[in-house]
Amino acid sequence: MEYILEMKNISKIYGNGIAANRDVNFNLKKGEIHALVGENGAGKSTLMKILFGMEPPSQGEIILKGEPVRFSSSKDAIAHGIGMVHQHFMLVESFTAAQNIILGMEPKKGAFVNEAEAVRFIKDLSKKYNLEVDAEAVTRTLPVGVKQKIEILKALARGAEILILDEPTAVLAPQETDILFEELIHLKEQGHTIVFISHKIPEIKKISDRITVMRSSRTVGCYETKDVSEKEISNLIMGCEMDTSIEKSSPKPGDIKIRVSGVSYTDKNKVKVLKDVSFGVRSGMIFGIAGVQGNGQVELVDLMTKRRSLREGDILLGGKSVKDMSVRDIRKMQFGYIPEDRIEQGMAAHESIGENIISNRYDTKEFCKNGLLDYKEIKKFAEENIREYEIRCSGSDQNVGMLSGGNMQKVVVGRECSHEPEILIAEQPTRGVDIGAAYIIHKKIMELRDEGCAVLLVSADLNEALKLSDVLAVMYDGEIVAYFDNTEGLNEEKLGLYMLGLDRHDKETVRRAENE
Amino acid sequence: MKAFTDLIFTTDFFYSILRVTTPLLFASMAAVVSDVAGVPNIALEGIMLIAAFAGMFFSYLFESALAGLFFALFFAVLAAGVLAFFTLYYKTNIILGGIAINSLASGGTIFFLYLVAHDKGTSVSLASKVLPNVNIPFIESIPIIGPVISGHNVLTYLAVASVVFTYLLLKRTALGWHIRAVGEKPDAADSVGISVTKTQAIALIISGVMCGFGGAFMSMGYVSWFSRDMVSGRGWIALAAEAMGRQHPLGTAATSLLFGVADALSNAVATLGWPSDLVKTIPYCATLLGLAIFSIRAYKRAKAA
Repeated sequence: MEYILEMKNISKIYGNGIAANRDVNFNLKKGEIHALVGENGAGKSTLMKILFGMEPPSQGEIILKGEPVRFSSSKDAIAHGIGMVHQHFMLVESFTAAQNIILGMEPKKGAFVNEAEAVRFIKDLSKKYNLEVDAEAVTRTLPVGVKQKIEILKALARGAEILILDEPTAVLAPQETDILFEELIHLKEQGHTIVFISHKIPEIKKISDRITVMRSSRTVGCYETKDVSEKEISNLIMGCEMDTSIEKSSPKPGDIKIRVSGVSYTDKNKVKVLKDVSFGVRSGMIFGIAGVQGNGQVELVDLMTKRRSLREGDILLGGKSVKDMSVRDIRKMQFGYIPEDRIEQGMAAHESIGENIISNRYDTKEFCKNGLLDYKEIKKFAEENIREYEIRCSGSDQNVGMLSGGNMQKVVVGRECSHEPEILIAEQPTRGVDIGAAYIIHKKIMELRDEGCAVLLVSADLNEALKLSDVLAVMYDGEIVAYFDNTEGLNEEKLGLYMLGLDRHDKETVRRAENE
Repeated sequence: MKAFTDLIFTTDFFYSILRVTTPLLFASMAAVVSDVAGVPNIALEGIMLIAAFAGMFFSYLFESALAGLFFALFFAVLAAGVLAFFTLYYKTNIILGGIAINSLASGGTIFFLYLVAHDKGTSVSLASKVLPNVNIPFIESIPIIGPVISGHNVLTYLAVASVVFTYLLLKRTALGWHIRAVGEKPDAADSVGISVTKTQAIALIISGVMCGFGGAFMSMGYVSWFSRDMVSGRGWIALAAEAMGRQHPLGTAATSLLFGVADALSNAVATLGWPSDLVKTIPYCATLLGLAIFSIRAYKRAKAA
């Protein structure tokens, strides 16, 4: 028996006729780390949903340890030793780590849960797999990396032999990624098989034994990692040679467009999440903010976009304080904002591409005639955007929610960038977006900067932050702890030290972020 | 003022606090369990009314208080089951489902009352039974404490037990953990094979059972008859108590007791000859005041954040 799992000729055709998988073949050897790569919408997620029993295949068969199987639910898949760590954690935040891990399989003592036994069980488990967590800590208070460990333990506690990790490194700092990789190798040595989904090719090259590439709902092929170069992997994913390097001319900084001075913020749990943050962004430059998620970036952007109210310090956009402006006022001044959560904040998923793409200026003369929307103009405008951003869709009246993640993001970027903004706030603009879409988005941001737009780029993706930023600040625990006038000579490892709070610049250097 | 204080500082008054708090406790625990599960049951009022009617009618029919209690619980669970079925299986909005049950209960009980008692107001013409009062040995003979704590309806003691039950259920049992998980993050529960629908249905049924006890107390303990809309807002007051108790069983019980005091007060001062229509509004004013204070504090906290 060569393979522990084989998925043969899997097809998945949805009710609306869209084929997400066509004749896909995927197999796993016992004890390997197998990378599954492809652009957004290439069919990776669908394939994994089928494997994890969340969706039935339209055609094809799954053979697990030589036996054909059919999963009707994820419960079924779990019972067969398949575990999944979702990209968005499936954890109850108010529970302790222990409660989350044993939820649904609680040891009993009479009518009650035997919590002592549960804690003991988890200690043994984390020792066995070298995944240390504080079983009694409340999940809400734990950093992302630990939450991920809890998710992995959750799967292992249920006897998972095959572990699917959906973009596990998207939320981690480089050092945390290294720790995760050590853990994964340890798991592999103990005979577990790991499916690793990622967009980051260097990581894939580093961690995986084999790679399956998917493109346009089909498998392109399966390769031994050592036989293919990073460049070749990229070409296989894209289906053609593609140059994704961004040309970066030297910046021509103009006036200060964004001025943040002395901003502090205390959240509802009385935690001080921002501490005296000051910086300035000039027109014609990209100011990058790097940092592990949850170090105050979200709150900072929320304050700038008026979704939280500012009480300490001040933020000036184009010379005017946000305190004196409504969200509408801000929107009225050539302002673009690409939110972190495209589905919740960036769009109305049940509305069409056209309607979404004009939702920031539906009331301008361009689209609104005598108080009524001009659908002809909207369609025309939407189609221009679809062409420019290469949005893959069936037409401008398709619901945005039907698109893949990368294409959704292109709709958002199209809306926020096509009215010549003078200020752009881009929050994780390419999170979970494939190489092709990311390239288009990066190119557009760079183009705006060259046209004199002041860009604030908040990104947890260091590669992106380094590639685009003219100047770069690092946030840790609500503070700017490091500032770099230029990004030359910087690398991910070096930035990682600041991101994890292991090192910091002196006050003098950090003050230069104000760009006076 | 002297007459007023004379009225308050009596064992009778403290006894009556426990008596009037009984239905509030049951209903607010019903609110806690359903709300924690993510299916806020606003039909507490209606379900209690249905249970109150069923308790009165079947205790009259079978000449047995126990049979009355059994059918009160049965119909309360049935009503909660109907709510669960429509909201969980057919995906009706739970608030609309709750409104429907409340309207049905209000009109339906009057309809059946007219059928069986030929009266649209009360059931006094029917000889229905009441559940027994219990004297607690030893405690009943302690001065002051005895007369306050002992001699209550059996359901009053059960109401106190329901608080302990709810607390332990949510804190210590597997089912309670599942209820909390589906309420806070359904995806998390689902990902470990806990059926969200089933767990929420169980939570609604538990809330139905509690409303059943609460309703039975109204017609077979608090008074010995059924009258139209006799629950008179207790289901809603319980929801307010649950909101102010922040879904915590003990906090909610404490708030319920506070509303119980207001209710007892309105009953007591009615004997002083104050305008009765005004006096009857005390519990509702207390609820309004409580909610106002609660929301001002919540608002301030949100603003401070």
